[in-house]
Amino acid sequence: MLIEAFYILFFYFTGEFISYFIDGFIPGSVIGMVLLFLALAFKAVKPNKVKRLSTLLTENMGLFFLPAGVGLMNSLGIISKYWVVIVTASVVSTILVIASVALIQQKLGKEADK
Amino acid sequence: MMNNLAQSEVFSLTLVIGTYLASLALYRKTRISLLHPLITSILVIIVVLKTMNIEYESFQKGSHLIHFLLGPSVVALGYVLYEQIQYLKGNVISILTSVFVGAIVGIVSVIVIGKLMGADAALVATLEPKSVTTPIAMGIAEKSGGIPSLTAVIVVAVGIFGSIVGPFVMKVLGIESRIAKGLALGASSHGVGTSVAIQIGAVEGALSGLAIGLMGIMTAILVPVISFIISLF
Repeated sequence: MLIEAFYILFFYFTGEFISYFIDGFIPGSVIGMVLLFLALAFKAVKPNKVKRLSTLLTENMGLFFLPAGVGLMNSLGIISKYWVVIVTASVVSTILVIASVALIQQKLGKEADK
Repeated sequence: MMNNLAQSEVFSLTLVIGTYLASLALYRKTRISLLHPLITSILVIIVVLKTMNIEYESFQKGSHLIHFLLGPSVVALGYVLYEQIQYLKGNVISILTSVFVGAIVGIVSVIVIGKLMGADAALVATLEPKSVTTPIAMGIAEKSGGIPSLTAVIVVAVGIFGSIVGPFVMKVLGIESRIAKGLALGASSHGVGTSVAIQIGAVEGALSGLAIGLMGIMTAILVPVISFIISLF
């Protein structure tokens, strides 16, 4: 487990390092994700070196959003002032995003398992 | 003494993990989408903190360890993606196109609705990265003149909303492709959508994770580009 933690942290740090030089344009965690994927795809890292911890982390992602989500208690003032715009824009835009992405992928893509 | 205890890390961590587990158990038992574990957990924790007179700032410090794990869990999605590598073959162009269009639709629709309803520039900038994972969204909001802390809250709320309505919207549209389902959940609802997509299936989960990254990168690039194009008119 400790080796797995080291690999994940190493890719996270490398991502943060690159992110620092591009002025945070893309966050380090996302760069780290791409780097870990490439390292696995090009067989620089064996999958079983990160498998258990990666599964544990991704299966419990919901939990990791809680501290930021509780921040809601500090934004109640501004939210109650603008809630109609915030809710309308979020709801409509989210449904449009889901529909456009799903429809285009279904039209253009190939499904390997069907 | 009680005060110190309530502001300690062990209190915050026990509260967060305990509440999350209880909410998850409640959700699995009832299967009511409004009882999404994130909604119940956030509300319960806010009520507990308010009742005990604990400031968000001290809770935030105490629960930082859990917040930190968001970063490594995004990195770990690289592994989930690798496991589904065979599904990427033949789909690279369609994946890039659909998420690219989704990013434009997401930004433009927020700008149009915001302008129509009289939102100021700061509020629009706060809302633009709403479909993007928290760390990226806060960075985009900060750069474009929005309010990052409000963006963080909206992002989580949008994630919960999208992951609840997503399966329903896709059923209505007749979406059967597992890749399309995963991409749409990740692109609209980032990690929250992915946590739901993983429950549907491994392919959906992995593609959803990929969509988080793509949506984040594309939105970061498109927000300044689109506001530049709009400023020309």
